[in-house]
Amino acid sequence: MKTRLFAVPVFALLAAAGWRAGTPLERVPAHATSRKNPLEGSEAARRAGAKIFARECAACHGATGEGGDKAPPLRQPEVHDAPAGAIFWVLRNGSLKRGMPSFAHLPEQQRWQIVTYLKGLEP
Amino acid sequence: MDQNLKGKGRSGRLGLAAITGLLLLLPRVSQAAEGPFFVTYTHQMEEPGNLEITTKNLTGAPEVGNRFLGSALELEYGAKAWWTTEFYLDGQATSSESTIFTGYRWENRFRPIPGEHWINPVLYVEFENINGADKSLLEVVGNDGLEDLTAPNAEARMEKQREIEAKLILGSHFKGWTVAENLIAEKNLGHKPFEFGYAVAASRPVALAARPEVCNFCPENFQLGVEMYGGLGTNASLGLRETSHYIAPTVAWAMANGTEFSVSPGFGLTDTSAGFLLRFGVSYEISQFGRVFRNRGGRR
Repeated sequence: MKTRLFAVPVFALLAAAGWRAGTPLERVPAHATSRKNPLEGSEAARRAGAKIFARECAACHGATGEGGDKAPPLRQPEVHDAPAGAIFWVLRNGSLKRGMPSFAHLPEQQRWQIVTYLKGLEP
Repeated sequence: MDQNLKGKGRSGRLGLAAITGLLLLLPRVSQAAEGPFFVTYTHQMEEPGNLEITTKNLTGAPEVGNRFLGSALELEYGAKAWWTTEFYLDGQATSSESTIFTGYRWENRFRPIPGEHWINPVLYVEFENINGADKSLLEVVGNDGLEDLTAPNAEARMEKQREIEAKLILGSHFKGWTVAENLIAEKNLGHKPFEFGYAVAASRPVALAARPEVCNFCPENFQLGVEMYGGLGTNASLGLRETSHYIAPTVAWAMANGTEFSVSPGFGLTDTSAGFLLRFGVSYEISQFGRVFRNRGGRR
């Protein structure tokens, strides 16, 4: 009985926090996908994004986004065709369940720079 | 210079050379992301699989005591995206006295709520087995004060401090700013009261956007901040009476190779605080630490 009493608030908390199934991109709320990348098309932003990607993301996702043991490839249609706002949301929120940390500690501008780089990767 | 500090300097240089050698062998690095703080924790967790090696040092010259250098070697590992575990080895050298190992700490931080929110809580639990001569001052609780930093080593090291510490860490990122608040409760496992403390901090990178080129002196590599921390008494005498408080501007510089240097002059705000303390630290993060060694083993 005590265990059940404990489980109820835990499940409620997880549900409220959005602990749902699906890839991180599938879980992006609709309002987030509509955000536009203010740096779209900027070559300087793409290069800066590549630099940040090498530092923050390459260890798991591979040097050129080809994927690794622990993280999926980013050179795939799901990422290439995803709205910039959706990728930005995933960078901000991460996915604790799937082992992806939040990158909210990076300023917004740097996260958009990463998005610019990722959108430029050919699947 | 005092013999103990000379010895500490020599062994420090040897240690630095050994760490530099080790780091040169490790291929992948990433930048430490916890900001420029020495006392305050943000809600930022260590990335899973990454190991961050940090030294945090504190030096001071109290008017009524001997100059000292307190050091903590910190090994922080991202066990899961929601769980970071950390092990510390503490030591100190006091001029005209001795250089001693003062104990160890093991801490765990848990992020209970996924996603990024306006305020993000992290739960922190630590066991520390140190002695009274510890001068790393990684937190200030209860009625900690100047006398803890001036007691002779021979006397202070006899005091055992086996303690459990819990923190509620609250953190936010807003328009490039990082803001964090920590509430601290500490209990000596002997028959001593609960002690309370706090730490608050804010920081911001000098530039929010990154430059396209790889560079050591890009403005985004520098973070400026300020932290304030102090004791809040015990459960028997909760409040600000006879507690020490500090305010400390901080600056951190992250090099392109992943090494981060930070420095923070701290100023005591009450009569029971030390007047001036200088903190400095170096950290280096090794990405996917376990995999690096697995790969090296596989090549043999």
